[in-house]
Amino acid sequence: MTAQTLYDKLWSSHVVREEADGTVLLYIDRHLVHEVTSPQAFEGLKLAGRGLWRVDSVVSTADHNTPTDHWDEGIKDPISRQQVETLDANIKSFGALAYFPFKDKGQGIVHVMGPEQGATLPGMTVVCGDSHTSTHGAFGALAHGIGTSEVEHVMATQCLVAKKSKNMLVQVNGPLAAGITGKDVALAIIGKIGTAGGTGYAIEFGGEAIRSLSMEGRMTLCNMAIEAGARSGMVAVDEKTIDYVKGRPFAPGGADWDAAVAYWNTLHSDEGAHFDAVVELDASDIKPQVTWGTSPEMVTDIDGSVPDPAAEADPVKKGSIERALAYMGLTANTPVKEIPVDIVFIGSCTNSRIEDLREAAAVARGRSKAASVKQVLVVPGSGLVKAQAEAEGLDKIFIAAGFEWREPGCSMCLAMNADRLQPGERCASTSNRNFEGRQGQGGRTHLVSPAMAAAAGIAGHFVDIRQL
Amino acid sequence: MKAFEKLAGLVCPLDRANVDTDAIIPKQFLKSIKRSGFGPNLFDEWRYLDHGEPGMDNSVRPLNPDFVLNFPRYAGAQVLLARENFGCGSSREHAPWALDDQGFRVVIAPSFADIFFNNCYKNGLLPIVQPAEVVDQLFRECEAQEGYTLTVDLAAQTITTPTGQVFSFDITEHRKHCLLGGLDEIGLTLQHAEQIKAYEAARRQAQPWLFA
Repeated sequence: MTAQTLYDKLWSSHVVREEADGTVLLYIDRHLVHEVTSPQAFEGLKLAGRGLWRVDSVVSTADHNTPTDHWDEGIKDPISRQQVETLDANIKSFGALAYFPFKDKGQGIVHVMGPEQGATLPGMTVVCGDSHTSTHGAFGALAHGIGTSEVEHVMATQCLVAKKSKNMLVQVNGPLAAGITGKDVALAIIGKIGTAGGTGYAIEFGGEAIRSLSMEGRMTLCNMAIEAGARSGMVAVDEKTIDYVKGRPFAPGGADWDAAVAYWNTLHSDEGAHFDAVVELDASDIKPQVTWGTSPEMVTDIDGSVPDPAAEADPVKKGSIERALAYMGLTANTPVKEIPVDIVFIGSCTNSRIEDLREAAAVARGRSKAASVKQVLVVPGSGLVKAQAEAEGLDKIFIAAGFEWREPGCSMCLAMNADRLQPGERCASTSNRNFEGRQGQGGRTHLVSPAMAAAAGIAGHFVDIRQL
Repeated sequence: MKAFEKLAGLVCPLDRANVDTDAIIPKQFLKSIKRSGFGPNLFDEWRYLDHGEPGMDNSVRPLNPDFVLNFPRYAGAQVLLARENFGCGSSREHAPWALDDQGFRVVIAPSFADIFFNNCYKNGLLPIVQPAEVVDQLFRECEAQEGYTLTVDLAAQTITTPTGQVFSFDITEHRKHCLLGGLDEIGLTLQHAEQIKAYEAARRQAQPWLFA
């Protein structure tokens, strides 16, 4: 048998049928559902008199619209409330394997909740009406975001109409330097290949640096595969994967566990498997990353400066830099360390897991928020992450530093709830997108790791966490 | 789904790379539980001078006179000409819904983000990839000539300029078939229900933990 990549294996094991033009029906094992991209899909099912093909494939939670404070007051925004209540009603009427509604202790960001419940398993196909579904590829799963029409299609047929992507290997060689996280690796990769560099590809991340990352770090990395243009990112299964999954509520047990582990251990690219593209990075070159512009590829490191559009020859790129600097309120050649911040956001499906909060707390411990910083928001990814952080006393460290400790949800990553930037406010954010208006109209986002965000909140501007 | 066969449409040029779906339809409009009515909020933050929220009367909001969609010469445009990596970012299908609701039927760009590209086909919106030099030429011609229209023929897979120059484009057979016929993809897939059930039964046998 010819050598296969991890993606080849995941793909071929889910093909139900294939047309002459290569279009396939791809079987979906896990369907994660949240309130924003599902109402029109459920409505479509109702209109056509259809039900869910497989109720026990659906795991759901409300995350985008939920507030992160004053839970006793419910959801104040009536349109947000209607969307969350619509999900409640749809799950009640259509069913699900599990549902974690607003205020439930298992509620959280869908991409934090899935793995921590063991609802994401190696070898699965995982979809969700959310582009950051690539997160789940950290488990050696084939996971990607879909649109609402596809959400409805999966609900009704358990399949997606799909075409295979090309294979890309991103190999990060050598050990990571101290303090360098999955976030820095992700941003360094995007800086190298660009936000369209992975378009048309499924990316496998490999190499010593990737193997050394925890499952949380791998989730952060795969989460941002979409920011490199790849719908799915993935990491081969190893002992860390299996240790993470073991004992979780929806993980297999008993004899099934041994059979599952035996299968999961085959989920890696074979020696000599063919990749259509290979990108290599040297881990020792990766320093703490900071974005300066309005696209994740507009990134430099903590020793860098804001670029000068005059130095760019390509007129489209030059125009993009000029527009980004104008939007961001930045002057060419400004050192990153001299950029002050107004707000800090630590959270999102990229960086709100327990390890992220530990890294931020390690920086915040015994220190205080700068007087010039208006607010530092710490938003855990789920109710379970929140409980774990509180058991470890992290909440007390944050509160003592003048940070705000909130309830779980997507929060200021996309500002669908009340947590948002005001026009002109500058934010050090652990989220995934620095697009114009992403965190609030006119808001200015700099993407960084949790430790870098916490450090910016304490210093009032970006600093090198390696020198703290 | 709405069928697409042939269209001769006015072209609107949007000269920016990496136009993301947050720009196409900002998040506050995603709170709707409907799939229509997003057109007036297409490119909301670029199109209006004030901050938009759901429920506002968009007809009385101050328009940004510098944004291309507001130029009188592009009123009624059905073809959007765009730059590389159009539709990057979130998977929100509200982006193609908003383009469709505004009246666009075709988007031409050198490249598209994968999820957006896929979402377009589900809504009778045709995304067409053309080489960067062709897109450059179309931008030049469109900006030089008021009333510039392109004829897009899906069956023939061609774009024809006002001077009769013809460019061809690629599309998979499956997508072409669905788009030409305006077919219900779920209905098509359910024609293979027995095959899905057989696959599922074998999978349940081999990996029972996935069905626990």
